[in-house]
Amino acid sequence: MATPLYSIPSANLATPATPATHTNATLAASLVAAGAALSHDDAVAQGPRSVGEVLSQSQVEAVMDELDRDLVGLAPVKSRIRDIAALLVIDKLRGAHGLHAQSPSLHMCFTGNPGTGKTTVALRMAQILHRLGYVRKGHVVSVTRDDLVGQYIGHTAPKTKEVLKKAMGGVLFIDEAYYLYRPENERDYGQEAIEILLQVMENQRDDLVVILAGYADRMDTFFQSNPGMSSRIAHHLDFPDYGVPELLHISEAMLGQSGYHFGHGAREAFEQYLQRRQAQPHFANARSVRNALDRARLRQASRLFADREREWSALELSTIAEADIRASRVFASAA
Amino acid sequence: MMTNPTGRMTQGQFSFLPDLTDDEILMQVQYGLNKGYAWSVEYTDDPHPRNTYWDMHGHPMFDLADAAGVMLELKACRQAFPRHYIRLMAFDSTRGVESVVMSFIVNRPPHEPGFQLERMEMDARNVRYTTRSYATHRPEGERYAD
Repeated sequence: MATPLYSIPSANLATPATPATHTNATLAASLVAAGAALSHDDAVAQGPRSVGEVLSQSQVEAVMDELDRDLVGLAPVKSRIRDIAALLVIDKLRGAHGLHAQSPSLHMCFTGNPGTGKTTVALRMAQILHRLGYVRKGHVVSVTRDDLVGQYIGHTAPKTKEVLKKAMGGVLFIDEAYYLYRPENERDYGQEAIEILLQVMENQRDDLVVILAGYADRMDTFFQSNPGMSSRIAHHLDFPDYGVPELLHISEAMLGQSGYHFGHGAREAFEQYLQRRQAQPHFANARSVRNALDRARLRQASRLFADREREWSALELSTIAEADIRASRVFASAA
Repeated sequence: MMTNPTGRMTQGQFSFLPDLTDDEILMQVQYGLNKGYAWSVEYTDDPHPRNTYWDMHGHPMFDLADAAGVMLELKACRQAFPRHYIRLMAFDSTRGVESVVMSFIVNRPPHEPGFQLERMEMDARNVRYTTRSYATHRPEGERYAD
């Protein structure tokens, strides 16, 4: 009754040290019995021995390359992600040798100005962690204050727990996390949500990864008033603002995705546009670029629309002309 | 004993097997989640077979990806009701099915005294039968106390 007649794979996953020593023992026995050398099958049964093996098994390199290719700039963020990936790979190798591999705390905090790619990187992070086998499912549950904090007494705890349960096995991404704590209202239910969050972050480290995101200055005040939260987050990543060349690169990628391209002189015009726009208030990096391009597409559409009789070629339909960008309000106000 | 040979209530799936371990429960739950079922946790201290609707612990759990979330709720329920019957139920929302498709007991009281068969003598030598749990002579919440 105590020992079942079938094996449970998850039981082996829960205690990685035990099966490793077990295979070592059986391996030793087979070596003694047959006097055979280490065959390839034995090596597989023992788990990976080199970084290359882990990488080829997990295909994490493909995600990392994609990250490098698709995300412009963000050098400090990328290097930290590489570090984390390296640590997880080495932990796998240690596990294969039966060495103690303590599961690292991977809760993260992304700070940075609007439009610097915090959400995009969070989505990629889930993919990478899933490929490395750190999270089991690799889905992202993206929430804000409204999804966690209730409206009356006794509403918050079930709400927060429900979100946490949905995020199990994946990544919980809390956008604008500083809203959780409202110091001006001492009876605010946000504190309750934070406490439940902290408890799960500590106790169920293997089951989910929490990523907080928000603007740098507000997150600093948030962490000052919640020191427990700050100390439980191992990785504080700061997303730098993009420079004009990077923004241009991003804009070309965005246009390419929707099947447009810059016409003659339009790229230079857009560069000037970005320089002027950056100096203005409420500049939101990649998001502003997206909005500017959307408006340029609108202007292109009405420019083509005005000429009713002409037949347009595919090239003309997909070209953003210099005039479409020069018509922007940013140029008008400067002139 | 004739009426309670195993000393265990048998309801739902796996109830003739030894109690499932947490790892086994986890696998069953994950199987259900992979099929798209929504799990819920229910508890009761009235083991009567006609007691169909147990009390629900927390909300039904829709849109879960991983069994760890269900285990979290089960753990909370076990903490609150360590000596109650607790079962997990999986609801299949597929149109045309829309009913509970899995249900098994994951927690039971340490001692289950079984059922009494009561005979009520009616007119003309008719007999009516009914069953009553030995555990339910005490009020709700105080059964299986020790």
